[in-house]
Parts: sequence; structure tokens; C-alpha cells
Amino acid sequence: MYGKGILKGLGVTWKRFWNTYIDDIAWLIRGKKRYYTEEGVKHRSSKNTRGIFTVQYPEERLILPEEARYLPFLVYDEGENGKKEVRCTSCGICAKVCPPQCIWIVRSNDPNTGRPIPEPTEFFIDADICMNCGFCAEYCPFDAIIMDHDFEIASYSRNVYNMEKLLKPASYYRSIRPENYARNEAERKAKEEAKAAKAAGAQKATAA
Amino acid sequence: MMTTPASTTTIDLVQRFPGSVSADTRPGYSGFIVEKDKLVEVATAIRDEFGFDLLTAVTGVDYLPENKMEVVYHAYKTTGGPGLCFKVQVPREDPVEVPSLIHIYPGVDLQEREAWDLLGIKFTGHPDLRRILMWEGFEGHPLRKDWKEAFYEEDAKPFKSRWPDGKFYMAEDNTPLKDNLNFPQNFDPEKWIPEDDQMLYQSLKRYTVKNEEGLETDRIVVNMGPQHPSTHGVFRAAITLDGETIVGLKPVVGYLHRNHDKIGERNTFLQNMPFTDRLDYFNSMSNNFGYAIAVEKLMNIPVAERADYIRVIMAELSRIQNHLVFIGMLLNDLGAMYTPALYAFEERELILDIFEAVSGARMMCNYLRFGGVVRDIPEDVMQKIKDMVFERLPAKTDEMDRLLSENEVLVSRLKGVKVLDAETAIKYSVTGPVLRAAGVPYDLRRADPYSVYDRFDFDVAVRQNGDMYDNYAIRLDEIRQSLRILEQAVKGIPQGPINSQKPQYQVRVPAGEAYGRIESPKGELAFYVVSNGKPNPWRYHVRPASFVNITALEEMCIGTKIADFVALLGMLDIVMGELDR
Repeated sequence: MYGKGILKGLGVTWKRFWNTYIDDIAWLIRGKKRYYTEEGVKHRSSKNTRGIFTVQYPEERLILPEEARYLPFLVYDEGENGKKEVRCTSCGICAKVCPPQCIWIVRSNDPNTGRPIPEPTEFFIDADICMNCGFCAEYCPFDAIIMDHDFEIASYSRNVYNMEKLLKPASYYRSIRPENYARNEAERKAKEEAKAAKAAGAQKATAA
Repeated sequence: MMTTPASTTTIDLVQRFPGSVSADTRPGYSGFIVEKDKLVEVATAIRDEFGFDLLTAVTGVDYLPENKMEVVYHAYKTTGGPGLCFKVQVPREDPVEVPSLIHIYPGVDLQEREAWDLLGIKFTGHPDLRRILMWEGFEGHPLRKDWKEAFYEEDAKPFKSRWPDGKFYMAEDNTPLKDNLNFPQNFDPEKWIPEDDQMLYQSLKRYTVKNEEGLETDRIVVNMGPQHPSTHGVFRAAITLDGETIVGLKPVVGYLHRNHDKIGERNTFLQNMPFTDRLDYFNSMSNNFGYAIAVEKLMNIPVAERADYIRVIMAELSRIQNHLVFIGMLLNDLGAMYTPALYAFEERELILDIFEAVSGARMMCNYLRFGGVVRDIPEDVMQKIKDMVFERLPAKTDEMDRLLSENEVLVSRLKGVKVLDAETAIKYSVTGPVLRAAGVPYDLRRADPYSVYDRFDFDVAVRQNGDMYDNYAIRLDEIRQSLRILEQAVKGIPQGPINSQKPQYQVRVPAGEAYGRIESPKGELAFYVVSNGKPNPWRYHVRPASFVNITALEEMCIGTKIADFVALLGMLDIVMGELDR
């Protein structure tokens, strides 16, 4: 029969049309909100989603997975009296691995001896050149540079981040990437323990 | 599957042409070196006697220290099996001349033009040797090793100005009009009249006809694009028309050209990985896959088994979303605005959610590393992949099928409109679904298995007519086959490490060459990488599926109506990020 295929296709769109109401009504009956709530957004991007699929940004936001990456930032640990203990040792691995070469690091030298000390004096990231690949964070041996979740950086001028702009506390890191943070902390702890054990061993050896 | 050991052909070819063919004995290299004068004869024999009917890649390499240029050809059999690599070496003196193979393998057309454009290798006998990616009037050949681009800093990354004394500067402070542009001598932009259009129309001139009264009539030339909603980006086709019928067509590309190859040669091996994402930006996982395979071949390292499965899962998921969006966009091109496209995009979004959760980015995934992948799939994401593969995607594929496949309007629009027949498709080096829709069951996952594809049970989707309807339907077939692969991969994924190597930001790659190829959703995607033992590749060449596939565009369109051009171009499923590189 001519026109059967069209009717079949129309059946699909017809079903899709009703689906836009079914979930809405079901959620209404259950007294839950399908829109403008985290639960609703989660449901809409799950495998069971049907009906209205779009997310009303910026009122609603997709929930970013932990691994989401956007522009790196530098982590500092909060020391006593709010002192910023920058984790970066200016080893330069991130600057070397960066594919578009958008990282500039100025290594600091001890004014007395002239030897390099493990802390950067200045750190630049040209955010407009950065391609968000995440290599810097991936290969940093000190977990000092981490990919951020903040993607709303539109501005009227060029975004060049210096150290002041880049530094964010470790607590922020924990808040956006709890699993990674926990893993890193465990690794650091294990490393320190191993170091202590080794030192103790060495002490024992010398004592013996 | 045919498996001819490469060694047998080796002996044959040298014996067949004693004195003019020799095996390439440089360490890390393989294949043969053919004398320049005998190239056409040898290539004819390779096609007709040895049966290598599909010439996939033509690559020019500039060996500056040895003062020679090399053209590398990779030929394969459409019946499967390993390929044949033959090379021509010519001294690096002006002009560098190599005989064109266009009369034996017409598929080399655009690739030879590319080698001429970027490396200045003159292919004698090529009927239309114009620049293709750079603009006419451009001075120099940018892929030559002694050519330096604007903003040139150093020969290789990492640049010295970054660390330890980072002297920060903004790129635009090297003022565009001083350093960014390199004008030829005595050049005045105010007085310049571009030649490229004239040359382009010259190449379309052959369609001028004499009518009965002896009057010469020019055909009408219509420019589709570069700004045309149907061309999927900035693609331009100069079409010669006789009434409504297309009698000639020249694709004009390069509007998005960024010299990916040159960037790649400046980068270290690892740094290229995120750049490959930007090729076919719909399938960054597949692009990573191809590049990783090429470099792993060169490094001669194994891939962790679990990582291989993860790679297959990601590549097949990206194939599914690519094909779904292809169908949606095809319907857009045909005038069924947005309904199928948005249905397709819904599934694509869910698949991109998976990519984002494992790799951190939806489109620019940068997920693969040499020897494995960057991180394991978390448990909840694995569950989501299972849900998608076993429940949602099969249902949604069927829904798409129900929505469109029998629709009489669509069927009468698509059925019987020819795209390519098998012979022409092979002649023009077309690969991917377009080739398979023409009845050639050539799928690299079967023909030359890579990764762990030989462990999975699936059929090579193939259709016989090579018309538009088959080209549409084969995409649905392929989605179903991909789902079959995914089901097995998700079930059979072993536990274990995800990388056979230690994470390292500077990999050691021994000297040599490697040609890594995969079946990307759009066709054969291949990377030809040459290393000289340094941290940067000496040559990094991408053989994109879209670029080679449009070689056949003229052949496809001649004789059809101009209204079909949009649909025919849609059939090739081009992506400009990959085409223009």
C-alpha cells in the first residue's frame, strides 16, 4: 500500500510527541520536579530519557563528570596563617609537554647562591591558546596543576592568566574532583611513609 | 580472507623488474624503491599483475639531509591482505619531478596535487596540477623542511622560551602585518588579481561545445559554496552546467587549512595526540586510534589487552553516533528539516556523555596513549555503556529505521540515483561505507584486522546497488554491526592494566617509518609517520578519508541534476576539519 511507510514514520513522531507529556505528567503525579532540579537533569540524561531532552542553560546545568577538563589551574595548600604553599616546583614538565606551548614558567633562584629553588616566581597560561588537552595535569608529578571545571570564561579581552589568577586552594580541588583528590592524597601519604621508612632504615644502617 | 605473505611479493617485484626495483633496506623501512623512469610501468604491473587495485595513499617526504625527495605509495587489494609500499626517490633539485600515476590510479588526483602544493613535487602528466590547500599566489612549499612559517620560533617543541626563563609574550604582538604575512617580492595586495579562479575555470573550459551552427557555447558555471548550508563547512564546488545537468565539477578546498602536517612535525610524538582530535572532530576517538596504531607500530610495543577492548568500544560508539548524525544531516540536506537530525542528536548526546566521563571532553577526547589509554572506564560509566548498547541504541536504531527506511517520499528520492559503482569507486580510491554500498566488502576491520577486531563476530555490511538508498541504508546496517561488536566487547572485556607502558611525556621512537590505518566511520584513516630517532616525527602525514573520497565527486556528479549535488556530497559524509587539515 502506498503511503504505509509515511504512516509508519508519522507513528514514530506521534509517539515522540506524546512522550513529551507522559514523563511530565508522571513526575507531576509523583510530586517531583522534572525541570530545574538536579534529579530532573540527571534523569533527562539517563538511558531512560524520553520526551523533552534539552537542558535550559543557564538556569539548569548538566552535571559535569569528575574527569571533565577545562583550563588548568595551580593548586596551593593552605599553610599556617593562610600562607599559600604552592605545590608547583617549577620543574617545567607541563611547559615541555604542552602541545600548543601556552605555558610560561619563570623559575626562581636563590638570591644568595644563585641556585634554583623549587618554586615558580611567575607562571603564565595563555588561555586563548590552551587547547584543554589535559597533558599538563596528567604528567605533573606533584599534582600541582589540575584541570578546572569552570568553563564560563567568556570575556571582552584576551585571557592571559598569571600566577595570581591561576592559584586555587586544594580544598577547591577536592570539591570538584573528590575521587582524584583522595587518590592523590593516598599516593602522597604512601610516598611519604616509604620515604620515612627508608630514612629510618638508613638511620638503622648507620647506627649498626 | 586472503593472506599473501609480504615476502613473496617482495621477491616477485624485484625479479619482475630487475635493475629498476630494489628493496628498501634502510633500517626501519620496508617496501621497494622504484626507479623514476620505470614508475608508470611498475605501477601498471602492480595493479594488473599483482592485483593491488586500491592505491590508498600518496605521501611526499622531504629528506633534507640526504638532499632528496621521496614519494611513498601504499597500494592494497580490495580482497584484503597486507599492502604493498613502493617509493620513488628524486634528487632535491628544482624542479623535483615524478611521473604522475593518475592514468593508472585516478584516485591519486587530489593527493598528487597536495604533494605538489605542500612539497613542490611536480607530477609530470597530471592534467590539472594546481595548488589545492594553499591559495594560488602563495610563495613556497610549506612542508619542505627549509620553509619557515610565520611566527616561526624553533624547529621543534618544546620551545626554549617557555622554561626555565619564561619570557611571556602574546602571539599577536608579533604584529600580523610584519611577521604574519610573507609577501612575494614586488607584491602589492592592492593591485593583486587572484589567479586561482581563472585557473579553475580554465580547467572547466574543456566543456565548451560547438553547436550545429558552429557557434561556441560556454557552459554556465555555478559556484556552490564556500558559504553554503549544505556543504558541511566551507567547501566550494565549481560546477559546469548544461541546463540542469552537471557536466563538470571541480572541488575547491583548503579554506580551513592549518597545515596539520607541519604542526605535527614540530610537535613531539605525544603532543600530536590532541591535534588528531581536531581532524574529524566527530570521531576524535577513531583519530586517536589511528595515530596510536601508527606510532605503536613504529615503537614496536604491545597494547594492554584491556586497553584494546576499551579502544574498540570507544571507536564503535563513535561510529554509531557518526552514522546516526549522518542520517539526520542527510535528511536535512534533502529538506526534511531537523526531525531526524534531532532524534539522532539525542543519542549522540548520550554517547558524548560517556566520552566526557571517561576522557574529560565531549569532542576533543585525547583519550589514547601509546600502549593503552589514559584512564580506565569507571564502574558507573561501564554500566551506562551496557545500558546504551543492550537497551537503548538497538531500540533507537530500529526507530530511525521505522521513521525513514520505508518512507515513500524518501525512497523515491533516493532509490535509483546512482552514487558510484564498484569499479569507479575502487579506481578513485574511495573507501568506507560508500565503497561498501557499491558492493565491495572492503572493511579494514576484516580486510587487514588491527587491534582486537579479529576476535569479534560481525559481518561486513555491504549493499549491491551503489545508489543513494543503499548509501543511506548501509549506515543503518553498520550501526547494527557495531552494536554486535560492542555487545561482545562489553561482555568480553578483560581485567588488567590499561597501559603496557609507564606514563611518560617523552616517548622514545626508533628511526623508521610506519603506516597505521583504521576503518574510521568515513573510510580509511591512515597516518604515515617517519621517525629519525629524535623526539619529533620527521614526517607526519594524515591520509584522511574525506579528502581522498572527494576525488570521486566529479565522477559521481557528472550526468546528474544539480539538485542531486547536495545529496551526493552528503553521501560522502565529509568533515572539513579532516578534509582541509
